[in-house]
Amino acid sequence: MTSLWDLFFTFARIGLFTFGGGYAMLPMIQREVVERKKWATEQQVLDYYALGQATPGIIAVNTATFLGYDRRGVIGGIVATLGMIFPSLVLIMTLATLIAQAQEVTVVQHAFRGIRIAVVVLIVHTVLKMARRTVTSVRGGVLFAAALVLISLAGISPAFVVIGAAALGAGYAAWTARRTPGVEGGDEA
Amino acid sequence: MKYVILFLEFFKIGLLAIGGGMASLPFLHEMVQKYGWITEDELINMIAVSEATPGPIGTNVATYVGYTIGGVPGALIATLSEVAPSVLIITLLARWLPTWSKNKIVQGGFAAVRPAVAGLIGAVALGLARSEFLRVDGWQLGTLLQNVDWAGLGTGAVLFLLLQRYDWHPVLVIVGAAAVGIVLGL
Repeated sequence: MTSLWDLFFTFARIGLFTFGGGYAMLPMIQREVVERKKWATEQQVLDYYALGQATPGIIAVNTATFLGYDRRGVIGGIVATLGMIFPSLVLIMTLATLIAQAQEVTVVQHAFRGIRIAVVVLIVHTVLKMARRTVTSVRGGVLFAAALVLISLAGISPAFVVIGAAALGAGYAAWTARRTPGVEGGDEA
Repeated sequence: MKYVILFLEFFKIGLLAIGGGMASLPFLHEMVQKYGWITEDELINMIAVSEATPGPIGTNVATYVGYTIGGVPGALIATLSEVAPSVLIITLLARWLPTWSKNKIVQGGFAAVRPAVAGLIGAVALGLARSEFLRVDGWQLGTLLQNVDWAGLGTGAVLFLLLQRYDWHPVLVIVGAAAVGIVLGL
């Protein structure tokens, strides 16, 4: 049986050695979990990763929860998750203290001014990438534009936009499934 | 009270931020505006550090924001509350999730959330671009050109090109921008 320590440290190592989260984490999970530990097959990891995207929360963390749960049940899921976030906690708290002190120095302030511009650019880049991937129909375009406008101009909470979009999408899928029975019926549960 | 709000806000983020680390951004931005515990500039600094530090960006930002607002307990509460919803969902519903995720209605819901999330992050991008590239709040169109920080905007344009056209790694873009900031005295 897989020990909880082993779960914790394996996922802590994955958390420690990957930059960028999400997709960037997949090869590291493959190497540690599939090749070294043989806890899952490559296909299982890909399946969990896909499921992790269809579950709320951080994709990399979700994948870890699935794999831990698979090994040791509920406790395994929790331990794998804690392992995954442990390096973040330690590293960020250490850095936060150091950076707060360094902020007093003028050179560091200039550096951070440059860095903030980079972050804005990175976010714009992410939006364009996400829009290209997710806006594939007129409906998608309307949702994209509606979310942007509602938040920017009307100051509506993002929570309402997410819940509203989910309800609209689910409602629309249910409606088309009823209109074309047998074609898009889903799994009639 | 601060810790209760941190718990509730980050639990909400864990539940509703669908589609990767950046999806938590609209919620964090709302938090900044609602409580004023940290400034917009501080949030952007935190995103930069989170991006350039190992680990998922979502948990890194949660830890950083929580730590800045409430020290070590704040960091623990923010990060643990953010992962709590998905841990609960996965461990309680693991048996049914594979079936549900193939359900057309569930898929329809997620398919609609994705472009909406892109729009939400787009709104944050606009707000942050305004505060970084304009010297005044708001969009006063008459005096817009005089208020643009051209050195900042130019730097941004070059960085965008490096990212989009030459496929630079985000960490490299951040380090490069720090150097430019020092050299130009931005």
